[in-house]
Amino acid sequence: MIWTLFKRRNSAPVARERLQILLAHERSPLGRSSNLISVLQEDILAAISRHVFVEPDSVQVKMDRGEQISTLEIEIEIPNMVAPPLVARAS
Amino acid sequence: MANVVVVTSGKGGVGKTTTTAALGAALAQTGQTVAVVDFDVGLRNLDLVLGAERRVVFDLINVVQGVAKLQQALIRDKRIETLWLLPASQTRDKDALTDEGVAQVIGELRNRFDWVLCDSPAGIERGAQLAMRHADQAVIVTNPEVSSVRDSDRIIGLLDAKTERAERGERIGKHILVTRFDPARASKGEMLGIADIVEILSLPLLGIIPESQEVLRASNLGTPVVLSDPSSTPARAYLEAARRLEGEDLDIVVPTEKKSLLTKLFGRRAA
Repeated sequence: MIWTLFKRRNSAPVARERLQILLAHERSPLGRSSNLISVLQEDILAAISRHVFVEPDSVQVKMDRGEQISTLEIEIEIPNMVAPPLVARAS
Repeated sequence: MANVVVVTSGKGGVGKTTTTAALGAALAQTGQTVAVVDFDVGLRNLDLVLGAERRVVFDLINVVQGVAKLQQALIRDKRIETLWLLPASQTRDKDALTDEGVAQVIGELRNRFDWVLCDSPAGIERGAQLAMRHADQAVIVTNPEVSSVRDSDRIIGLLDAKTERAERGERIGKHILVTRFDPARASKGEMLGIADIVEILSLPLLGIIPESQEVLRASNLGTPVVLSDPSSTPARAYLEAARRLEGEDLDIVVPTEKKSLLTKLFGRRAA
């Protein structure tokens, strides 16, 4: 309960992350920099889609820029229904 | 030759007009000649914020269409004699502004003033594009809030594509001015922080204007905030922003509201 209250407060990091993802998409047609995220997302999605059916928004790419190194976090959600072999092996 | 600056944002209600008035007054106070131009045709408000609403005779459209001369339309501020206002028309619509007409008016202003500040209308349409068209520098007014940051990003794209400088392959100076910032909420993680906004928009910061009662009080009085209470936090932040616009390299500190011990104890907002 206390934890939920505490967590509710920090909405700024969510805002920041949503903006970074959204703007990476919106900038690409205008030819502005840092569209790496959207390019990566499309390529990964294309590669996965050749083997498993996935929704376009099931591939999430996040970039954290640091001073020395940046990290890339890729999260891919695969639906259980359409990929029975994977589910069987996992359980 | 004047430095032409557009004050823009994409989103409405973030503080473009307040900023134009405050920066204009701050620059003019140093003895430089400043013209503030209202491009918000049909919804003019810069006259009101500057307390000159009852002195408007001719406006930008009259000058663009050749009905009035520039010197007939320019209104001199009653407090700072180097500050002049070119008001927008309240009755006409933005289609009355022609590209050539605006180019000519800005050209004339450029020859007569040290600074020309163009107060852009909200949006990304023709009105906003005309306001930014001839700018050498842009002040992008942003609130620490997702929709404002997104719209700022959109406007930055337009500045890099649709301005005269961009078309000539030259650089247009772009700065972010964060307004309505609440340091307490940002430090608690409830509001986007300055570092977040700067990183997302990847542009230098011109200043941070804190959320303050003084800003509303100043517009109620029709006095730019740098004149109504020069020692207030927003006034000091605007005065420093103006110096940065002139090219001075000043450290930016996140402004804090002065709170009395009592308000601190009872957790009430400083009035």
